[in-house]
Amino acid sequence: MVQFTLPRNSTMSEGKTVKAPAGARNIKRFRIYRWNEEDGKNPVIDTFEVDLDTCGPMVLDALIKIKNEMDQTVTFRRSCREGICGSCAMNIDGKNTLACTRGIDEIKGDVKIYPLPHMPVVKDLVPDLTHFYAQHASIEPWLQTKSPEPQKEWKQSHSDREKLDGLYECILCACCSTSCPSYWWNGDRYLGPAALLQAYRWLIDSRDEATGERLDNLEDPFRLYRCHTIMNCAQTCPKGLNPAKAIAEIKKMMVERRA
Amino acid sequence: MAETKSARPLSPHLQVYRPTITMTMSIVHRITGMALYSGTLLLAWWLVALASGPEAYGWFEWFISSIIGKLVLLGYTWALLHHLLGGLRHFLWDTGRGFDLKTANTLGWASIIGSLALTVVVWILAFVLSGVL
Repeated sequence: MVQFTLPRNSTMSEGKTVKAPAGARNIKRFRIYRWNEEDGKNPVIDTFEVDLDTCGPMVLDALIKIKNEMDQTVTFRRSCREGICGSCAMNIDGKNTLACTRGIDEIKGDVKIYPLPHMPVVKDLVPDLTHFYAQHASIEPWLQTKSPEPQKEWKQSHSDREKLDGLYECILCACCSTSCPSYWWNGDRYLGPAALLQAYRWLIDSRDEATGERLDNLEDPFRLYRCHTIMNCAQTCPKGLNPAKAIAEIKKMMVERRA
Repeated sequence: MAETKSARPLSPHLQVYRPTITMTMSIVHRITGMALYSGTLLLAWWLVALASGPEAYGWFEWFISSIIGKLVLLGYTWALLHHLLGGLRHFLWDTGRGFDLKTANTLGWASIIGSLALTVVVWILAFVLSGVL
């Protein structure tokens, strides 16, 4: 059942404020969601005043600075710092994106940072992605063939290879799925934009020979058809991909194979 | 999954997500869809009253020409037109077109502005044709 409000243990209140060091002139306030299981309290929003004159340009730079200099318990995932690993996906300034590719100067006013929306929180900005990864696994994201294996590699023409452009770039950061209201309300059964974009990536791969089985697996009122073209996925994708379009193509394939 | 001392909270969603035009129009499409159910009851009342004779029709006419009746009819007109334009948008999407962000956003704005403009046009036409204006 759809619940628009937050459960009682998830409502937020004001936390502490950590001031910038004296003499800092270029101050930006970072308002960060905090929760840890040890203290048994509800989540709070802590405020950190960051001196931008001694901080790198990206939101991730500020988070690392906060962790190094202001509060070492601030917890978040990060790795590559160049938009290719997808670890630092979070909700920044009302939109899901990667902290490492979002410039601080793009944000007016305070920088509000929450974990990816409508997810169980492990700690602070770290959501539990177990179910998200299980959904990705459920679409069997690998090449499946029936013909005898060729002596060398499975070959593909240049034009067939081009069909994978706009799909293979997905880094599974989960920004799109957790921006999708349909995924918020029905994420237990709806696969969500990320897994469906991956599903389409294998459906149109000229080398894959399990197209029928893949479509059978998606032919379900929830798994595929909970997409109502809300388009938040494409609006938010930090790699500029369009999961909504990929989902529409799968729906078209469903219709075409019935004809 | 490791056992936790306290149940994991759910991260905020609607509370913190900045609305996009496509998301807002999707919600409005749902709401207008539901509004059309009650609007259609109004239509059924009109037809039943029409078939039942002068007294029943008199009651309908009394309601629909009252201020509240007119407001309901105005809302119904807009809901119908918005749902119609939204439906056309979905037809286009069903063909796999109109997914690039610029087009999708333009279509979103077009459906809200277009439905409001068409509502005004319909009401002006109705007043002109009925001789009030």
